[in-house]
Amino acid sequence: MNAHDSASDLLPDLFRRWFAARGWSPREHQLALLAKANARRSALLIAPTGAGKTLAGFLPTLVELSERANAPKSKVKSTGRGVVREGGLHTLYISPLKALAVDIARNLERPIAEMDLPIRVETRTGDTPVSRRQRQRRDPPDILLTTPEQLALLISSADGPYLFGSLKRIVLDELHALVTSKRGDLLSLGLARLFRLAPDVIATGLSATVAEPESLSRFLVPQIIPPPSASGASGGEEAKADIVIASGGAPPIVEMLDTKEHLPWAGHSARHALNEIYDLIKRNKTSLVFVNTRSQAEMIFQDLWRINEDSLAIALHHGSLDVAQRRKVEDAMAAGKLRGVVCTSSLDLGIDWGDIDLVINVGAPKGASRMMQRIGRANHRLDEPSRAVMIPANRFEVLECRAAIDAIAENAQDTPPLRTGALDVLAQHIMGCACGEPFLSDDLYNEVRRAAPYAELTRSDFDDTVDFVATGGYALKSYERFARIKQDKDGKWRVANPRVRQSYRLNVGTIVEEQMLKVKLVRSRRGGSGSTGAIGRGGRMLGEIEEYFIEGLSVGDTFVFGGEVVRYEALAEDQVYVSRANDVDAKVPSYAGGKFPLSTYLADRVRHLLADKSAWRNLPEQVRDWLSLQTRISRVPGPREMVVETFPRGGRHFLVCYPFEGRLAHQTLGMLLTRRLERGRARPLGFVANEYALAVWAVGDLSAMVRQGRIDLAALFDPDMLGDDLEAWLAESALMKRTFRVCAIISGLIPRRFVGEEKSRRQMLFSTDLVYDVLRKHQPDHVLLRAARADAATGLLDLKRLGDMLTRISGHIVHRALDRVSPLAVPVMLEIGREAVYGEAADELLAEAAAELVKEAMG
Amino acid sequence: MTVVGVALTADVSGALYWSEERLLVVSDLHLEKGSSFATRGILLPPFDTAATLARLAAVVAQYDPRTVIALGDSFHDRDAHERLAETDRDAIAALQAGRDWIWIAGNHDPLPPKSLRGSVAEEIAIGAISFRHEPTGAEGEIAGHLHPKARVVTRARAIDRRCFASDDVRAVMPSFGAYTGGLSIRDRAFAKIFRSPDFTAHVLGDASLHIIAASRCY
Repeated sequence: MNAHDSASDLLPDLFRRWFAARGWSPREHQLALLAKANARRSALLIAPTGAGKTLAGFLPTLVELSERANAPKSKVKSTGRGVVREGGLHTLYISPLKALAVDIARNLERPIAEMDLPIRVETRTGDTPVSRRQRQRRDPPDILLTTPEQLALLISSADGPYLFGSLKRIVLDELHALVTSKRGDLLSLGLARLFRLAPDVIATGLSATVAEPESLSRFLVPQIIPPPSASGASGGEEAKADIVIASGGAPPIVEMLDTKEHLPWAGHSARHALNEIYDLIKRNKTSLVFVNTRSQAEMIFQDLWRINEDSLAIALHHGSLDVAQRRKVEDAMAAGKLRGVVCTSSLDLGIDWGDIDLVINVGAPKGASRMMQRIGRANHRLDEPSRAVMIPANRFEVLECRAAIDAIAENAQDTPPLRTGALDVLAQHIMGCACGEPFLSDDLYNEVRRAAPYAELTRSDFDDTVDFVATGGYALKSYERFARIKQDKDGKWRVANPRVRQSYRLNVGTIVEEQMLKVKLVRSRRGGSGSTGAIGRGGRMLGEIEEYFIEGLSVGDTFVFGGEVVRYEALAEDQVYVSRANDVDAKVPSYAGGKFPLSTYLADRVRHLLADKSAWRNLPEQVRDWLSLQTRISRVPGPREMVVETFPRGGRHFLVCYPFEGRLAHQTLGMLLTRRLERGRARPLGFVANEYALAVWAVGDLSAMVRQGRIDLAALFDPDMLGDDLEAWLAESALMKRTFRVCAIISGLIPRRFVGEEKSRRQMLFSTDLVYDVLRKHQPDHVLLRAARADAATGLLDLKRLGDMLTRISGHIVHRALDRVSPLAVPVMLEIGREAVYGEAADELLAEAAAELVKEAMG
Repeated sequence: MTVVGVALTADVSGALYWSEERLLVVSDLHLEKGSSFATRGILLPPFDTAATLARLAAVVAQYDPRTVIALGDSFHDRDAHERLAETDRDAIAALQAGRDWIWIAGNHDPLPPKSLRGSVAEEIAIGAISFRHEPTGAEGEIAGHLHPKARVVTRARAIDRRCFASDDVRAVMPSFGAYTGGLSIRDRAFAKIFRSPDFTAHVLGDASLHIIAASRCY
């Protein structure tokens, strides 16, 4: 109690009265952060949603500024540089969402107005008018709320030192979300610059619960750089911020729906549980229905309305909807007018949606921490438990839901470890620095290593990146005269011309959107052949859709978009024309589980759950029966082992294995396995992967080949497949090319927007795929290819996870030759024909398409 | 592939060979496209010219033609030929040795590459076939300019490749350059030239060519 009382002394009377007037008392962690700020210590606050995190973050600022207001005034206001002055920017707040920055600004207005504090709060986002942005640089507010991209822009302006010289505090909101992406890398580099411009600044991070708070806390403080000559003597203790953990409120109540219906073997629609979901919405005041993909959201929303006899106000929210439509839903939500919102991760982050009393999670939870954050969206009051119901869409998802519920009960976390900073982001930052003030390589190298993700950056990687920014970093030194940054006679790098600076400004940021197409609703043109000629231009704008999705469609295919079934009519430039279809069932896009793979942690729990028969009693009866049958017919995998089944079916021979490592790693595995089977003359035809299993099919009798020793399973799954086989595949992998494109854009090799053009140009004048092909052939160790490889380790190809898995199962492969498909294999077998099939060479596919045509023509 | 009855070999590299005339045609090499972008601050890898010439050398070695026609846009801009690296300049000279070489003018390179050998023409007619850069739709015409590509939706996935477009009366050649993308043959530009959607794509696979109706492509 004493500690609490003394902390409470830190709160000035004005604030104490304000809390009292509201009937609140300051929470312990709010006072703890105040104490840290007084001691000039950076701190990481770990707190669940609803714990008053934002106020905790800003309280020290409000107190300090209210005290500054009482001190004698001698505020020098000047637009000149190098003028020492009081006042100026005090606190910089950074959030991942500009909407969140705006929301927080609104929330801050209240205490400031009610206590009549002389504090100016402003936001700065992409939407802020140019005139205000310019004014903010000359005459900054006390508190500026902004995003990582805007911070990068401010740092790259000549006003940076003036603007940030006065900075006392940095508040980083939703830090757990920011640090998992390249935006986090960019932010860390921005922080490293702020540590230099304002040496006394302290940072406060606000975060949901994470697996490794210690590691996250490094993000907030400058890392210690060991002196280059001090051999053996390490730089002392690791640089970390203090950690404040808010007492976690009531534990959430999470249940799994025990459906009365038949539980599907495969698929992600959860259609079987539709009536049960509807009942849940009906019985609660406001429910959030989370799903994993946009297409799932579309489908569930549409299905719910089909059975919505009570006309409950149910809305749809996902990132591809038109902005105006999303704002409408958000406003209705805040006003308490909605009973249910079907949404994707577009609603994962912290904007306050008012009173939500139930979270319904449809489909796989994917990760324990992810699930907990979603559940936290229900009920923003700490002392009442959040309530959630999980709806597994198939039998494997039952296991995943069970594992997630157990993990949540233990409060186990599975957030990813802190990233290693990406070189493409570093390239962007280096360009930004050169746009600000000229720099020496030595100085900047030391500065960027103070950022936690770049603490281990080698000098040669840094120098290569500088070289890349200057002249492209090519072995063929032919671009010296086109250098974008140049060294002056003192060795300082500076921007070669103003156009380079302009281009940097236009292209700052690390969010590279998928190539999107605008979806427009037009009148159907029956019997249309898909030519772009005859469709009338115009039509109502429905939103945007990923280009790669449309690429897989044929004219006349139907899919759900914007809550209606539409028919694909035509594609012209960057617009997709669709018409309203009367079909009830659409050929719904089924890009399976969405972007996030099943977390390694949860996968491990699922394997243990499977292996532990005594735990099966917590599973629904249908699932228990399924697993028992598997035990009789084949084998349920043990916790470390990987079961491989081979069996014939429909004139083909199948190999099904169960690594449980997520769809991305399985896809990569499938690519590499088919290459090996090809070499082993098993004549593989294709494969399909889901989150849990991989099925490969071949002409050759796989069971016989294993029996005769012509296929050695240990050799087939040997980790050495990540050598030459991988290299050969990467040369042509579409996923690798997508990864490269992102790196090329972020690094500034390829601008998204061109100077002198208002709009981004969709029709790039060259294809990044072709650039990849040429670069890979001529300079395979180029810094951008290294950056793309680093991304592939954890991104779309999930190579690291695949490597870990291959090592794990080495010596633990159990083979079963069966005469027919096993119960465990049914789900992945059902994906065949629904999911894209990989692994087949382009020539065979093209020849087949051509042959089909001939057959058609011959009748 | 036949054009107005003349038998031509569409090569999987994107080149066209007329064996009767020992004539090899390549279109839209766009040499020095990389450095062209570099002059504007976009530092594309500077290996494109060497890569394109290496592929050209392979196909020239394969057919050993008497005459080579570069069907326009051989250079990405007017000054491109002056930026050629010495090694690339030598590579071109080696390809030209012992054979006729005709640079057809294109919209990117309307003027002859003064620093290089070879004759220059706006267009050229041999027998019933006329060669020019921009297609007009005339009978017997072989042109480039449009960079045709086709997207074929197969059983497994959509495959996007360069292609020849032809209706037996005229043909549009794919671009040969390392950095040249493509325009879908379903674009209305093609409908104008072929006057009907009824033409064929000769799609460049990895090792072989595939003949697919344009109406089946995207």
